[in-house]
Amino acid sequence: MVKYLAKRIFYLVLTLFIVTTITFFLMKLMPGTPLTNQAKLSPTEQQLILQQYGLDKPVWQQYLSYLANAVHGNFGTSFQFSDQPVSYLISSRIGPSLLLGFQAMVIGVLLGIVLGAFGAIRKNTWVDTTTTIISILGISIPSFVLAILLQYFFGLKLRAFPIAGWSGFMYTILPTIALAAMPLAESARFVRTEMVDVLNSDYIELARAKGLGKLGIIYHHALRNSLIPLITIIGPLAVNIMTGSLVVENIFAIPGIGEQFVNSITTNDYPTIMGLTIVYCFMLCVVLLITDIVYGLVDPRIRITGKRD
Amino acid sequence: MADNANKLPKDAFEPLSDGSHLDNERIAAPSLTFLKDSWRRLKKNKAAMISMYILIFFIVLAFGSQLIPSVRNIATHPNLNNLPPRIPGIDIPGFNGTLVQGGQRVNAYTGDAANVHYWLGSDYLGRDLLARTLSGTRLSLIIAMVATFFDLTIGVTYGIVSGWKGGRVDTFMQRIIEIMLSVPNLVVMILLLLLFKPGIGSIVLVLAFTGWINMARLVRAQTLELKNQEFVLAARSLGQKPWKIAFKHLLPNLSSVIIVNTMLTIPNAIFFEAFLSFIGIGVPAPAASLGTLISDGQKSFQYLPYQMWIPAIVLSLLMIAFNILGDGLRDAFDPRTRE
Repeated sequence: MVKYLAKRIFYLVLTLFIVTTITFFLMKLMPGTPLTNQAKLSPTEQQLILQQYGLDKPVWQQYLSYLANAVHGNFGTSFQFSDQPVSYLISSRIGPSLLLGFQAMVIGVLLGIVLGAFGAIRKNTWVDTTTTIISILGISIPSFVLAILLQYFFGLKLRAFPIAGWSGFMYTILPTIALAAMPLAESARFVRTEMVDVLNSDYIELARAKGLGKLGIIYHHALRNSLIPLITIIGPLAVNIMTGSLVVENIFAIPGIGEQFVNSITTNDYPTIMGLTIVYCFMLCVVLLITDIVYGLVDPRIRITGKRD
Repeated sequence: MADNANKLPKDAFEPLSDGSHLDNERIAAPSLTFLKDSWRRLKKNKAAMISMYILIFFIVLAFGSQLIPSVRNIATHPNLNNLPPRIPGIDIPGFNGTLVQGGQRVNAYTGDAANVHYWLGSDYLGRDLLARTLSGTRLSLIIAMVATFFDLTIGVTYGIVSGWKGGRVDTFMQRIIEIMLSVPNLVVMILLLLLFKPGIGSIVLVLAFTGWINMARLVRAQTLELKNQEFVLAARSLGQKPWKIAFKHLLPNLSSVIIVNTMLTIPNAIFFEAFLSFIGIGVPAPAASLGTLISDGQKSFQYLPYQMWIPAIVLSLLMIAFNILGDGLRDAFDPRTRE
């Protein structure tokens, strides 16, 4: 286990290193410098500015110092806001994003499990059909369309929830629903398929033959075994939520990193884009690592080798 | 013994009957190939068939409308802007050119616009929304085709090579995939889009860069299973070249995995194109994409809801239809999943 963990953490660091390198050189290829619109500056002034940002050094030196700084969580200074370090920008905005993402993941997956389980137990009835319809809609309707519709009907028409902003629990409900739709649909579909499989297996037959109650069978034998593989789709679901958060945060005007990312793109704020790319990548890597470890802990078949046969 | 047999007279051998009983064993129905059988199962799935007809309808409409000049026209008419949908001969609120203004339904087609019919309304620059929605749909469908193409070329080749070669090559190729999987797709797309000039070309390139990974993984897993089977061993021991084995023996056996996964990549590609256009780094301004139309419509959703409803419904319908058809195909190719 320790060896496996060490190997995984090594790959995590390697991945982050590669991503940092690629983003750095991609950004170097981008057109424009901080001086593009500053024609009136004298050469000395230009030299001073370049020195201030460290842009007068050769590219490999810039790369090494960027790398060294990035390890310490320092991603340089934002182009968009004067004197704002990117790390401060990110750390002050990551809270709402993490909260929303966490809420959406928990609610989506829990509801998805319930829906999927009901669909499998009442297979080929109206319950199953409803579950299937909900999951198809959840997977198909883009998060930004859902977010706009939720905002319009529940925020503007019914006035049940605030339209936009970020000052309290009520403000998190609509964006959470918009983000949770996809995880809900995916996990409902996944649990349903798994559970239909499990319900047909011999050990369920045995449990029934022993005279166990229906609820007991479903809870102790069927559901538990169907849930283990669900851990493997948590990573892809996290990607979904991150993708969705870019637009959902924008639509609901939430001061999170998703909104900042889109803003930085439209203002060509390269240091912030680079920093956020690395942060997104880091978060995903951590989610993948945790889910792999948890999977190893709950599924005895892969505990030793670190691989499922 | 043998001599005795030769001495038997010819007429000792007579057929027992005229052979009519052989008919009992005859198979009347034409033999079903794997594809035909799957098609038969797919036809039984009503939802999947309806989705297929919806998609065919959209494809014909989006590309066929190119032939009609009046629908192709997306010129701006500043004096005919923000007109609600009006279809001649239909008098249902929402499609008869009326608009709710200050709590009252009023006819928006006055003055210059009295004799104009915008079937799906016009936008803030007086462009025909029908034409723009159709051209956005066309873009989505083109993106779908391109995504399929890259899935089939890069994804399948990568998967087969990785699975077939095994060993170090496989480990290395899988490491690359792992690294690509640990960066959110969207972030990669955005980084690349910043580098290239915005436009359909760059979106296609970006999709090509990220879209094939899932296919490669599935094809590799399947290839690993197939390559140890007897028919592949037979082909190898007969000295068949690897690429011929890939085409003649592996590809036909991979076909169901490939088709199903392609059908599920398509909605993904359509979604990402719309998404990128929605946040403003997709196709540039005058060109219409369902994403830009939704983003434009969102701005005036409260007063002119049709401007967002129409592209949003079209986009959602496309996604739903592709997803249901993909599900149907999976069930048709692998009937165990739905029993």
